[in-house]
Amino acid sequence: MAMTEAVSTTAPTSGKTPAAKAPARWQDFVQLLKPRVMSLVVFTGFTGLICAGRTVNPFLAGVAVLCIAVGAGASGALNMWYDADIDAQMRRTRGRPVPAGRVQGADALALGVVLSMFSVMLMGMALNWLAAGLLAFTIFFYAVVYTVWLKRWTAQNIVIGGLAGALPPVIGWAAASGSVPLNAWLLCAIIFMWTPPHFWALSLYTSEDYKKAGVPMMPLVAGAASTRKQILIYSLLFTPLCLVPAFTGLGGPAYLAVAGLGAAVFILLAVRLFRSQAGEAPRPRKDALPENGGLYDVRAGAKDARNLFAFSILYLTLLFATLLVEHLMGVKPLSLLSGELLP
Amino acid sequence: MSDPARESDAEARARRGRNIALALGLVIFVVLVFVVTIVRLGASVTKQPF
Repeated sequence: MAMTEAVSTTAPTSGKTPAAKAPARWQDFVQLLKPRVMSLVVFTGFTGLICAGRTVNPFLAGVAVLCIAVGAGASGALNMWYDADIDAQMRRTRGRPVPAGRVQGADALALGVVLSMFSVMLMGMALNWLAAGLLAFTIFFYAVVYTVWLKRWTAQNIVIGGLAGALPPVIGWAAASGSVPLNAWLLCAIIFMWTPPHFWALSLYTSEDYKKAGVPMMPLVAGAASTRKQILIYSLLFTPLCLVPAFTGLGGPAYLAVAGLGAAVFILLAVRLFRSQAGEAPRPRKDALPENGGLYDVRAGAKDARNLFAFSILYLTLLFATLLVEHLMGVKPLSLLSGELLP
Repeated sequence: MSDPARESDAEARARRGRNIALALGLVIFVVLVFVVTIVRLGASVTKQPF
């Protein structure tokens, strides 16, 4: 079965990590923290913090965002320690500090553990222990539940594991208010439902890399056609969800406009992808650049997959940026359910 | 063949960089904890009779 073929049975062994070839620079340790992922987490976490609508000391708000960032970085370091064996097999990740031999696996592990403890403790001391607990759970979920368990075991890895990436706004909200109302979970749900179409669109044109590493991504396990269908289903569930904040007193008129227009484009791109041949027969590009190892080799219909992948990032960014700006500017949120839309 | 002396210099430079980064990180953490303590205690501290 494709499933059993795709699942990696290779146990990760930090002992097999290549010996350091060059002295580790401090920049290598920064790279372990996945700064790009960290920036997205900071953005959504900060949005949650602002949307809570509570007055927080600006210094403490900064500490909360820093703790979320460091906690996310710690998860990244733990992930890079555990996944060094499969990272070494994928072109996209083989240059990371541990598989490249610049940082020892044990050092990455130590960095991840220490930063996890520091970020959780500081969050608890500076803000509140609800936010600290949620941060600890998020680190645990990403590093253990997703990295150790789900990633190598099931094609639903990024669906369930997506919870780790969806929790930062809830942590930010909890840090500001000490509570997590439904609107906080709504932001979490939006990111959670966004994750499958986003990552599966990417995996449709990078699945060869995952195949080499034995990571059971959906296109490898269920096939490209099934993945395209699931992307469409998730898109149809995700896009209406993006409109809900306008009904719950969270989003204002600008948010409703951005969410509505973006949802239409999202569904259009998802339908195009569904009708395409994305993920089918590989067609390697002759002019693939050696430095990226042909990572983005053109496959049938890859353009449609790339379009949805790129737009998914733009859409989520716009949704959260609009919420952020509305709340910072004091725009009164709509609450269509209670009739507050009417003057 | 690489020059052992140069390699040693590179290692020393890298180690110095790591040490400075670690020291900065620790100093920042200490300052953060101090300021957080002051902010959290806030008025309770400043209004205390001495």
